[in-house]
Amino acid sequence: MSEPTVKCEEVLKHLIAYLDRETDAHTAAEIEQHLEQCRSCYSRAEFERRLKAHVRAAGSRSAPERLRARIRKLVDDEF
Amino acid sequence: MDAGLHIFFAEKVERLTDRLYGTALRLTRNSDDAEDLVAETVAKAWAKLGKLSDPQSFDAWIQRILTNTFVSEWRHRRASPEVAMEPEPEDGGDEPFSLYEKLHQPFLLWWTTPEEEVIAKLLREDIDRALDVLPDAFRIAVVLVDVEGYSYGEAAELLGVPIGTVRSRLARARAQLQRALWQHGKDAGLLERHMSAKAHNV
Repeated sequence: MSEPTVKCEEVLKHLIAYLDRETDAHTAAEIEQHLEQCRSCYSRAEFERRLKAHVRAAGSRSAPERLRARIRKLVDDEF
Repeated sequence: MDAGLHIFFAEKVERLTDRLYGTALRLTRNSDDAEDLVAETVAKAWAKLGKLSDPQSFDAWIQRILTNTFVSEWRHRRASPEVAMEPEPEDGGDEPFSLYEKLHQPFLLWWTTPEEEVIAKLLREDIDRALDVLPDAFRIAVVLVDVEGYSYGEAAELLGVPIGTVRSRLARARAQLQRALWQHGKDAGLLERHMSAKAHNV
């Protein structure tokens, strides 16, 4: 197995942008290779990834029935 | 408007209501305002449906209508002198904070992997609360990027600010969010077991 081409500090510096898919393809590939071989950085990446997933899930909440009824009425009235 | 289009719209909106409401709730922090925002979004979407060229992109399209409606109202309120708004957070002033680094300390690691345990125990109410206490500009940046999945560039365009401002607001928002979750972890006793394990072994 080849040695990681980038150091941990460099990976951590770009990790959040990488998880946000805001790095260029070359940097993303270097980080991916590093994460495959570095347990410490991989743990950190997984933690941030899971936290990000928790935050994303905060964007879905059961809508109250009165809102559903309001929307149904709105759509039916418009038709 | 033909019946097929009506059915398409009604089914799509029905399926997306939880997602639209959840996003609206995170943006407005208030259930009545969130319901109004979703209703306004649906009305706008219905009125503009004829302009949607690709039905496959309906989900992203209506999500963007919701975001635009909220942001436009928010910016309008911010510009209004009659309304006392939360000031724009100033640059600098808050320290970087990493929940992972805070949890990943030798005395905590002695017992188990606390970062795994804490994140597994985070409740959705914890995240909601931590998001809701962020200053408006920070919270909105996080909602746009983390909740809605916009790129930094798209968020900058939607908010009418430079991309660097989005990057900076996101970094500071996430630090504040993680600090709030750390505090919650302590208050809720999630770390108690690790602390007491350490105390018994010194």
